[in-house]
Amino acid sequence: MASAAKRLEAVSGTIAPQIAFDGVTLVLGGKTIIENLGLGVRPGEFLCIVGASGCGKTTALRLAAGLYQPTSGRVNFDGQPMREPRREIAIVFQDYGKALLPWRTAAGNVSLALEAGGMPSAERPARIEELLRTVGLPGHAGKYPSEMSGGMQQRLQIARCLAQEPKTLLMDEPFGALDAMTRQGLQDEVLSLVAASGATVIFVTHDLDEAIYLGDRVIGLLPHPGRIGIELPVNLPRPRDQLSTREHPEFLRLRRQLFDFIKATEQ
Amino acid sequence: MTGNSAKALALPLAVLLAFEVWARATHLQSDSLAPPSQIVMALIGAFADFSILAATRDTLFSAFTGLAIGTLIGLAFGIAFGISDTLNRLMEVTVEAIRPIPSIALLPIALIALGFGYRMEIVIVAFACVWPILILSRAAVRSIEPRLMEVARALRLPPAQRIWKIIIPAALPRIFVAFRLSAGIALIVAVTVEIAINPLGLGAGIMLAQQALRPDLMLAYLVWIGIIGYALNILLTVAQQRLFGRAALSGDSP
Repeated sequence: MASAAKRLEAVSGTIAPQIAFDGVTLVLGGKTIIENLGLGVRPGEFLCIVGASGCGKTTALRLAAGLYQPTSGRVNFDGQPMREPRREIAIVFQDYGKALLPWRTAAGNVSLALEAGGMPSAERPARIEELLRTVGLPGHAGKYPSEMSGGMQQRLQIARCLAQEPKTLLMDEPFGALDAMTRQGLQDEVLSLVAASGATVIFVTHDLDEAIYLGDRVIGLLPHPGRIGIELPVNLPRPRDQLSTREHPEFLRLRRQLFDFIKATEQ
Repeated sequence: MTGNSAKALALPLAVLLAFEVWARATHLQSDSLAPPSQIVMALIGAFADFSILAATRDTLFSAFTGLAIGTLIGLAFGIAFGISDTLNRLMEVTVEAIRPIPSIALLPIALIALGFGYRMEIVIVAFACVWPILILSRAAVRSIEPRLMEVARALRLPPAQRIWKIIIPAALPRIFVAFRLSAGIALIVAVTVEIAINPLGLGAGIMLAQQALRPDLMLAYLVWIGIIGYALNILLTVAQQRLFGRAALSGDSP
């Protein structure tokens, strides 16, 4: 109790981080996946994590989600230790095909999050319709995931996450399996959704351009074990634009820096 | 389709016809065989006096009641063992020790405890049905996409909702296959109990016909049991396709 109060006092001077990794180490099966990770994510911040495959970026996200517990160190959410997943934290998984319930329609999949939140059944249809419209799926309520394209399925998963009204959105390479055009469209939609809701985002990707385009800050992880290798604030104007932002000299500078970093980690 | 089934029927019909011709030519006198025409006549006769309908009712009542009880018990334990690894390891030796006991071997105990009649037969059928349901539903629950369980965790679904809204629907296509298997077992075990000892149903009908030296009636019962089993399987297969066509497709694809 006393130490918790002290910690609260310590962080209240500046902006308290919503998610804070404090000396987090994770050992799974005798292998150190993440070592001594320290990281604070401010409320409303869009943080992107990049790194070579196997560097522990997805693991870091799962720690933030409360799906893993650190071997040592702490992960805090709003100053409280994360012992299990919380309703304020929504996770968008990469493999939307596995994360959706195949026996429920689009409306039913969104409904699951509302049911979990205890919303009365009379209020659900209106909310479901609103959420499906928000992610650009109006008129698809009665379709099953198997009848939808990959991009539509990922939109549906995002709608289900928004139904949680999350303070934090954790996205694990959400557009990794989609084609380039669909991906760009969804990037812009996520940006406007996040801007509208004010949610904090941790976005894991292996696409460096995507990380710079979306993020307020990009963190590059070094592999074996996973630890922070580079941290780049992204001072690009918002709202971002697929053409002008990507031609911005600052964008190109960051891109160069990040590519050099990734190249160095792969050697 | 019709052409194929006509071809598939041609051989058995030819064999039956040959048997009929041979039985008539040799003036067959037997306690175990009868020409097909007599079997058909016996079957019609058994329908006419409602005896075979009453026997069918008795057998199906015992088989289905036993199946329902066995399914519920098997499902409850199968899901519990599938969810909890600890519980499964605690119970594994017990399950593996009881499971191999042939259900018919329980007959003497069941007879002493419950006497002749429906109850004894239902208990034995239920015992036989528990195991395939338990083993297969446990496997079905274990093979649920782990991502779905993470979604349930991330949404903070309470345990009861997790079972009802995620685990059971995800495992249902495979559980239904187990149910179909058990339905066949239920019919076999019910008839076996009746043949062995219980004086009711189709099994008892066969025994009675045999003791009355009526091979035609005995074989008529046999044919009728075959028809019931065949119809039951078709019914459940159609139900499976209707109910789980979509879910089975998306659930099985990797």
